[in-house]
Amino acid sequence: MATGANVLAIVRLKVNGDEHEVGIPEHYTLLEALRYGIGLTGSKQGCDKGDCGACTVLLDGQPVLSCITPVWEAEHHEVRTVEGLASPAGLHPLQDAFEANGAAQCGFCTPGILMSAYALLQRNSAPTRADVLDALSGNLCRCTGYTKIIEAVENAAAQMQGREL
Amino acid sequence: MRPEELRERQARDAVDIKTLEAMAEREFAVIGGRARKVNSVGKVTGSAIYTDDIVLPAMLHGKILRSPHPHARILSIDTSVAEALTGVHAVVTGRDMPVKYGIIPWTRDEEPLCVDRVRYIGDGVAAVAAVDEDTANRALDLIRVEYEEIPAFLDPESALAGGEVPIHEPGKPGRNGNITKHVRLEFGAVDELLSQSDVVIEGDYFFEGSTHTPIEPHCAIGYYDPTGKLTVWSSTQVPHYLHRELARVLDLDVARIRVVQPVVGGAFGGKSEPFDLEFCVAKLAMKCGRPVKILYTREEVFYSHRGRHPMKMKFKLGADREGHIKAVDNKILIDGGAYASFGLVTTYYSGQLLAAPYVFESYRFDSTRVYTNKPACGPKRGHGSVQPRFAFEVQLDKLAERLGIDAMELRRRNFLGEQKRTVNELRVTSNGFLQCLDAVESASSWKERQRRLPFGRGLGVAGSCYISGTNYPIYPNEMPQSAVQIQVERSGRVTVFSGASEIGQGSDSVPAYIVAEELGVPLDYVRVVSADTDLVPVDLGAYSSRETFMMGNACIHAARQLRTQVQDAVAEIWQCTPGHVGLAGGWAFDTADTARRMPISEAFNIAETKFGTLGSTGWYNTPKDVHGSYRGATIGASPAYSFTAHVAEVSVDVETGFVAVEKIWIAHDCGRALNPMLVEGQMEGSAYMGFAEALMEEQVFKTADEGRAGLHNAPSLLDYRIPTSLDTPEMQSLIIESIDPEGPYGAKEAGEGPLHPSIPAIANAIFDSVGVRMDSLPFSPPRVWRALQDVEAKNRWAAAHGLASSQSEAAAD
Repeated sequence: MATGANVLAIVRLKVNGDEHEVGIPEHYTLLEALRYGIGLTGSKQGCDKGDCGACTVLLDGQPVLSCITPVWEAEHHEVRTVEGLASPAGLHPLQDAFEANGAAQCGFCTPGILMSAYALLQRNSAPTRADVLDALSGNLCRCTGYTKIIEAVENAAAQMQGREL
Repeated sequence: MRPEELRERQARDAVDIKTLEAMAEREFAVIGGRARKVNSVGKVTGSAIYTDDIVLPAMLHGKILRSPHPHARILSIDTSVAEALTGVHAVVTGRDMPVKYGIIPWTRDEEPLCVDRVRYIGDGVAAVAAVDEDTANRALDLIRVEYEEIPAFLDPESALAGGEVPIHEPGKPGRNGNITKHVRLEFGAVDELLSQSDVVIEGDYFFEGSTHTPIEPHCAIGYYDPTGKLTVWSSTQVPHYLHRELARVLDLDVARIRVVQPVVGGAFGGKSEPFDLEFCVAKLAMKCGRPVKILYTREEVFYSHRGRHPMKMKFKLGADREGHIKAVDNKILIDGGAYASFGLVTTYYSGQLLAAPYVFESYRFDSTRVYTNKPACGPKRGHGSVQPRFAFEVQLDKLAERLGIDAMELRRRNFLGEQKRTVNELRVTSNGFLQCLDAVESASSWKERQRRLPFGRGLGVAGSCYISGTNYPIYPNEMPQSAVQIQVERSGRVTVFSGASEIGQGSDSVPAYIVAEELGVPLDYVRVVSADTDLVPVDLGAYSSRETFMMGNACIHAARQLRTQVQDAVAEIWQCTPGHVGLAGGWAFDTADTARRMPISEAFNIAETKFGTLGSTGWYNTPKDVHGSYRGATIGASPAYSFTAHVAEVSVDVETGFVAVEKIWIAHDCGRALNPMLVEGQMEGSAYMGFAEALMEEQVFKTADEGRAGLHNAPSLLDYRIPTSLDTPEMQSLIIESIDPEGPYGAKEAGEGPLHPSIPAIANAIFDSVGVRMDSLPFSPPRVWRALQDVEAKNRWAAAHGLASSQSEAAAD
């Protein structure tokens, strides 16, 4: 890791249920800690200033932009990333719906969008089209024109009706 | 597992006999289905490895120092203090790599780092490799560069006028070094036919530049191992061209270089040529013997640009009373930015690609691309032809208005047809443009609604065509443009080694569908290895919408050789003719009696016993004898052209000038949809991107009055506004299949064509909505509001809607 002139710190993070103790420069964002400290590279850096949403992860179930979240703010909280969506039984219905609907083209925005969509379905199991558009409005996608993404989220919601997240 | 057990297990995994019978009945078992993409599950689980996700042992981090001046001489660079900083392992400047490069061999005008002159704010002058990003950034601050500023050319007119120090040395003495390329081509008696025309429509159009903004910033890693082999991982869409240019610039043996393209997070033409970071990671790695990674910041992505060229277009269109196009006379000034990039081709494309889907009796275009001291423009989705298409389709709408002909009908009257040559002698094979018009007309209820909606709401139509790859490669050679190798394993697993570049469009999936179709294996038996120059044969890359057409044909070529072998071998066992051996759904079966069948792996084993190890090579090369004989005739020549028509519905808030696009109906002739789901994805993504350029996006730079001349006005994803889910209109995809005689199963492109009509369809819908003509992009609220202040607008709208106004015609254009 970093051996330059940075001040290093030990940070304790709970990510996808795993406890990590990681030595990183103290100015790291949550995204940098995840990607470069823990090696969870699923969350993406598209702009590094909170504009694109590719870095979206859940902090205690709420979507946050990890590229502008100081890593300290994640201590003592539950972090969930795209790597924590699938289970040994297989893909999460949202992931499956993204696959089945062609909702991931280049896939770079996909981890962030999945986390925003997951948070939506957690608080609203039967979202309207307007709810979906609103929930995804902080995640920029440049490939799809959003159409297939929206369909995938709606399909997943339909499939999950009556099933616990 | 014993062979019998394996076969039994595969027989269980293969489709049941009913499904097999149904497959045998159909023309295709896999092609045309809505199958999932292959190699894509990692994109939903976070396990897909993009370039910045790669961490190599002992890897260093690189950064590039960039020019703060739009135009200046470099008097000196002092890197000694930076080199002395703890943690810094190497510093390079232009003098370490003083070889010019460029994607087009005739216009190589870029240096990996500037040697003695910078040409835009953001031009690279030095690069460092250090233990981490922070140390690399500190080192950049310690590099001292002494500049002498030179007057900058920030707009195309001043560049064209020339000056004491042009941006580049002229190719020939006495010429203006600010001109990249001038093309003037004339087909038929333009002046004569213009003077004979019943109606002449003239217009001045302006297309502001825009940029790609892939969500993944460019990233590259270089590693030079002790044996002298260089490996570069890069988020490129053209590994082959990068491979060649790395060898040339670094003076290395091309056989000792490996270029690997990891998963790429969007490109759209913005990663289709070599960039400074690729040379810098290579050179830094060579210098310090350790892997070096450079990841662009979002600002650097904006400065590296290569996006849509701003164009100033003076268009003239002559027609007879019935609306038949007699003459088209266009003059275009293209703002190229600091380097040539693909600019030579852009200049040609701005004229060449306009000559379909309509018949032009005569045609002239005069296009000039000039250098300016801004980031270089290049190929953005719909390279070179989106801007003139916008202008021309608005011209057609004005013509329809003037003549009182329905805008759909006017387009039908001028339809080129199939198996035709355009006025500039491009060969058009299949052509489903009329069906595209029919589809959007019907889906949008055009007949009942256009010119009949209340003030503030309207519909507009536009059409277009685009290439499915280019008949001539970027560097002259007669070798195949695309190739694959297929390897068949005893288990039934088939691996395709494909040169094509997957950038999200699905070029890893196309060979899997084709192999599953031809060899009858389940889709998940197919592995696709792509875009790694150590492993795969050459394909020229993901640009000009060439992959499906060219790699698809190469793949069919390779797969059919294997299919024939398997059929021959099985036929021998079954004592039937090879034509009776079907391969589908995991089975080899007797087409006359599907009850007689064997798991596909067994068929492969029989074939391997007869012919030896199974493998094949397939390739595609373009037709080379289907263009005119004039200079430049080869540019724009494509094996097939796609066609598109859109109808856009807009509502305009007359108080604010805010335009809302309610819906876009997209009809696209893609020849055959190998997978309709992926084709729709390309259509929707294209229409979205066109919509974004129409209403929101503009790549603009500060003027001297604004403080920092040549500084990007908004190099962030907040200030450079791209649409969110809330901004994007509803879109409906209508696939038209004209079945091209030369395409793979009849397929043509779908990735770029469907962008073109979005912009003029929206412009024409704004006219239908409120009676104002929007001839400059983007159609932002201030522009639309100002146009609405013109008191004639309401009259024009009334006239267009048959509500009587005597002044309407004079004001119509």
